[in-house]
Amino acid sequence: MSGPSSLPTTVATGAPQQAEAAQSQVQEMTYAEAIREALREEMRRDPRVFLMGEDIGIYGGAFGVTYGLIDEFGEERVRDTPISEAALAGCAIGAALTGMRPVAEFQFSDFMAIGMDQIVNQGAKLRFMFGGKAQVPVVFRAPLGSGTGAAAQHSQSLEAWFAHVPGLKVVLPSTPADVKGLLLSAIRDPNPVIFLEHKLLYRYKGPVPRGEWTVPIGQAEVKRPGKDLTIIALSIMVPRALAVAERLAEEGIEAEVVDPRTLRPLDEETLIASARKTGRVLIVHEAVLTGGFGGEIAARIAASEAFYYLDAPILRLGGAETPIPYNRTLERRATPQEEDIYQAARRLLQRRPL
Amino acid sequence: MSEAVPALSPEQMRSLLQTMYRIRAFEEKVDELFMRGEVHGTTHLSIGEEATAAGALQALRPDDYITSTHRGHGHCISKGADLKLMMAELLGKETGYCRGRGGSMHIADVASGNLGANGVVGGGIPIATGVGLSIKMQGLDRVCLCFFGDGAANEGTFHESINLASIWDLPVIFLCENNQYGMSMSVRKAMRCETIAQRAVAYGIPGERVDGNDVFAVYEAVAHAAARARAGQGPTLIEAVTYRYKGHSKSDQNRYRTRDEIRAWQERDPIKRLTAYLREHSLMTQEEIEREEAAAYQAIEEAYQFALASPEPDPDSLLEGVYA
Repeated sequence: MSGPSSLPTTVATGAPQQAEAAQSQVQEMTYAEAIREALREEMRRDPRVFLMGEDIGIYGGAFGVTYGLIDEFGEERVRDTPISEAALAGCAIGAALTGMRPVAEFQFSDFMAIGMDQIVNQGAKLRFMFGGKAQVPVVFRAPLGSGTGAAAQHSQSLEAWFAHVPGLKVVLPSTPADVKGLLLSAIRDPNPVIFLEHKLLYRYKGPVPRGEWTVPIGQAEVKRPGKDLTIIALSIMVPRALAVAERLAEEGIEAEVVDPRTLRPLDEETLIASARKTGRVLIVHEAVLTGGFGGEIAARIAASEAFYYLDAPILRLGGAETPIPYNRTLERRATPQEEDIYQAARRLLQRRPL
Repeated sequence: MSEAVPALSPEQMRSLLQTMYRIRAFEEKVDELFMRGEVHGTTHLSIGEEATAAGALQALRPDDYITSTHRGHGHCISKGADLKLMMAELLGKETGYCRGRGGSMHIADVASGNLGANGVVGGGIPIATGVGLSIKMQGLDRVCLCFFGDGAANEGTFHESINLASIWDLPVIFLCENNQYGMSMSVRKAMRCETIAQRAVAYGIPGERVDGNDVFAVYEAVAHAAARARAGQGPTLIEAVTYRYKGHSKSDQNRYRTRDEIRAWQERDPIKRLTAYLREHSLMTQEEIEREEAAAYQAIEEAYQFALASPEPDPDSLLEGVYA
């Protein structure tokens, strides 16, 4: 089960909760379609919004996310760039600084390393360095993650790099409804937002509210309630955790699955409340464990009042300490799969209360 | 100075002199304050390079944008900045342009189109390109002037950004202040090609090399580039050849160049050359020139007193401005 074709086509999602306007209808669509719908709706609504990136026009983007948008909005607003990631990032920042609302797409999040000075030293800091007298409302979209056989330079999960930088917001939506709602919020946000999409999620389907539908940045969601343990999962690990919860349910164990959705700002209250409720916490992400964001989540929980309710040490599951390999078997081995999450949950449950 | 008669009125020429004196007076004061330990951090002085900043900004309109560099006091003053707010920023005061958060390397006044000095060499070049895109998409009759140094011309951002601006015909003027050294590395050692201006050929845009110590030559080149940009003809690369008398920053011991070299450039001092021109053409008397100079030093002293009397930021305001 390593390619998108073998993944479930439908995954459970939390019921839409935060509609700002009345929802006329809900439609089943893929994660990629939900992104496209968000971009289309926001470009129709706000003439300042435009897209830029490599091969996003006629080609439709490396993952087809922007396919067809050039037909409606033209090449001025769906702007193909040369292969120049530093200029892409900086150009979007400059446009945002002077009244536009750019959404810049990096073909792979790994390539954000080329634009890192602009993202980290410029975009994230301009407002602060200028005494709070500037705004940089830019969104940097990028696919992350492994599972496509793209090997070490096209498969990383580097969200913790960005989450370490004050001035950036970092979002990792895991469902079609969330990706639409969070993208609308990201485009409307007056700050730089790093918007990370797992490439295996692009083909996942789920119900998505049509029209105006926003999910607030900085709000976690309990994707499945439970009382026996908490699984805090990021991005692609959310559907995997939900599948594991299903399996555990058959064995009489009720796992609560929580998706932080945003890493910065982090909704620690929801995470702490869940930890306190279940007393057992498993944190799962695809990013390499060392320095991964799970460490931050674990520390926040351990430093909170939930500490006194823990029945076992917090358990973290993350990527192996290696670049992502090409070989299919090795690639799967490098990141947590459903079975790994299941086994970890079982281990956590076996630990007796102190 | 340029052979051709500059297309500037006597008032504009006097204004240029005022700006250049203000830059020099400001930076001499900053140098003194650093020496006395009254300001911390570091600073990068452009003494000797005043003609480039003053001449370039004289050729633009008030609503045009600039992006600046770590050596940016001159750009800021030429853009019309309030000396008091600048000095307050250097002293880290709440009344400074950036509320004391930026300091010398990050002075900005976005409201007036000054999009900020930059602590990263080449860091402002992509941003200026984005500003050009913004101007074009909004249909505004503005340009963005992007200052950078010879050192930045070897950064990837220089090449990526000028290429992008050229394929999109963006209204950006890329103005390289070639002051001969990237910190200690001579431009002759840092690149094989003879000029930075010739790199424009690679991007299919005009490139021009001018005497950066000739304020009229800089003015003419930027005015021409701005006219092209406003006409939708895209960006221009200008290389202004100049020289900094002071070290790169506070830590510089001047080990990489000779006193003779510095003296030779001081003979071509941009302020001396402008005042000579003004006298020779009977546009200002020596007495008027001296009055202008004294007024600049007086204005800087007043700015310093304003900064001294200004409050420090409240420590509890630390997190303000991180997010909008």
